[in-house]
Amino acid sequence: MVIDENRLRASVIEAGLRDAGYDKLTILQDVTGVARRIAELEPDVIVISLENPNRDMLENLFQLSRAVKRPIAMFVDRADRASIEAAVEAGVSAYVVDGLKQERVKPILDMAISRFNAFSRMARELEEARTELESRKLIDRAKGILMKTRGLSEETAYALLRKTAMNQNRKISEIAQSLITAAGLLAPPEDE
Amino acid sequence: MAADRQITAGIMPLLDSALLVAAKEKGFASGEGIDLALVRETSWANIRDRLAVGHFQVAHVLAPMPIACNLGLTPLAARTVVPMALGLGGNAVTVSNVLWEDLVGNGAKADLDPRTAGAALKSVVTGRATRGDGPLRFAVVHPYSGHNYELRYWLAACGIDPTRDVEIVIVPPPLMADALAAGTIDGYCAGEPWNTASVVLGVGHILTVKAAIWRSSPEKVLSADARWAEAQPEALAALLRALCKSAQWCAAPANREELAGLLSGPAYLQKPAAWMMPALSGQIETGGAQTTRVEDFFIPFAKAATFPWKSHALWFYSQMVRWGQVAHNAANEAVARETYRPDLYRAALGPMGIAMPVANAKVEGALTAETPVGSAGASLSLGPDGFFDGEIFDPDRLDDYIARQR
Repeated sequence: MVIDENRLRASVIEAGLRDAGYDKLTILQDVTGVARRIAELEPDVIVISLENPNRDMLENLFQLSRAVKRPIAMFVDRADRASIEAAVEAGVSAYVVDGLKQERVKPILDMAISRFNAFSRMARELEEARTELESRKLIDRAKGILMKTRGLSEETAYALLRKTAMNQNRKISEIAQSLITAAGLLAPPEDE
Repeated sequence: MAADRQITAGIMPLLDSALLVAAKEKGFASGEGIDLALVRETSWANIRDRLAVGHFQVAHVLAPMPIACNLGLTPLAARTVVPMALGLGGNAVTVSNVLWEDLVGNGAKADLDPRTAGAALKSVVTGRATRGDGPLRFAVVHPYSGHNYELRYWLAACGIDPTRDVEIVIVPPPLMADALAAGTIDGYCAGEPWNTASVVLGVGHILTVKAAIWRSSPEKVLSADARWAEAQPEALAALLRALCKSAQWCAAPANREELAGLLSGPAYLQKPAAWMMPALSGQIETGGAQTTRVEDFFIPFAKAATFPWKSHALWFYSQMVRWGQVAHNAANEAVARETYRPDLYRAALGPMGIAMPVANAKVEGALTAETPVGSAGASLSLGPDGFFDGEIFDPDRLDDYIARQR
């Protein structure tokens, strides 16, 4: 059972586990009614994101015998420190039914960890690409302003932005943003 | 700054993270040579896990949690020590508007008095049982929390069996108001500003407060990874000095607005500064435009509010036993007692000349008025510290207390 509010990440984990041959999977996006689902499905392993604020609720469920029939412990083995550290680093936590063989559970946990890490990398790259795109737009607008107001060529306008950025030890996109703001303030008032 | 003076602390978005937040933001930590990083977490389980794997050296935790960890009651348990408390009080019990109307019909008043509120709740609970309606559902933030124990203590003292007559579930504090509005729960016990949140949003009424159930009672503590605390005693002592100065700053009425502003920031609670003011000023808005003044609602520094009393640890232990979370025996009692470390507190803060109790434990509930007590350094007054039902907890007579509550 995978509990993850992040739909995209949940599907990444799901795909990974299915590829590895684990096909009795349940993915839950929210924790409403989770006690009933656990009681019905009796999962061997429950994987949950550390971002999920409901971990405390879930752990409490595991302690109440009437909610779950089988005792659930955390992680594969408390002594397996490297696994625990890797999981926490990756931002994932797993609860495992007591008595389940370590050889059976470890690959599942390892898969969850590697998928979480892959997802974080993807999210980071996406964020970087987005920022990159934003900066490029800002720089284009700033170049346009310089070309129009000072009659510069595109190349000279860019060189001026870059030189200013280097002199002030700031990013070109920051200089572009300042220029756009300043141009907005200095622009002649629009006819009303 | 030396690497061993870099300290990362986990915090939860609660008003009583104030001592850590102000220690960082007002420069008390850097003034002691500590490079303090605060990481906001989404669950107590995350804080516990990150302490266990060494991501955090210290954390803002529920006062019973380190005891539960050391008793091996939690899934991932690393040895932790409690060298300092992070203030006293700060919680309240909030109920839905529907339950509030029902309680008013049964004699509840907007004065936050736990006796009248409890009597009204008892009538409502009995009425529901007679009609065959399901039990009321209350939420607390964690099974090993002051909230869970004070809610149960109050209910039991009012003749309501917390196990049989009502249902108690776990909900994270920032989600309490939503759960109340959605009707998932009928009431909850949580720290501020998450009671005020329901009042401001118009979804609930504050029924009573921790300070009225047990005045001057423990709530959050500083939990430290025991391995780190043993390896870096100087860094820990410097952090405790910074937190002590921060506690004094937080306690000054002149700093309330600034503190509320700091806490409302994006790295911390991300909620309006006005939400922080009731807890800091003691002017509690209970709902329906009513305001009630609560003495000692949240105490950051006065009355030895940061001292890690062994009697507090033992009271939490007595409640773990009472509600079947742990068996009572000498070994478990010793674990609870040794988790709280007034010796570390004394070693770090004694030289500062602050008011320092002479004893490591006290009889809880014995003081009915503010009373000067034996102290080293500045003079010290404690109390009142009474339980609302007049009971007394004498840590030297733990067995009696446990037997009496069976």
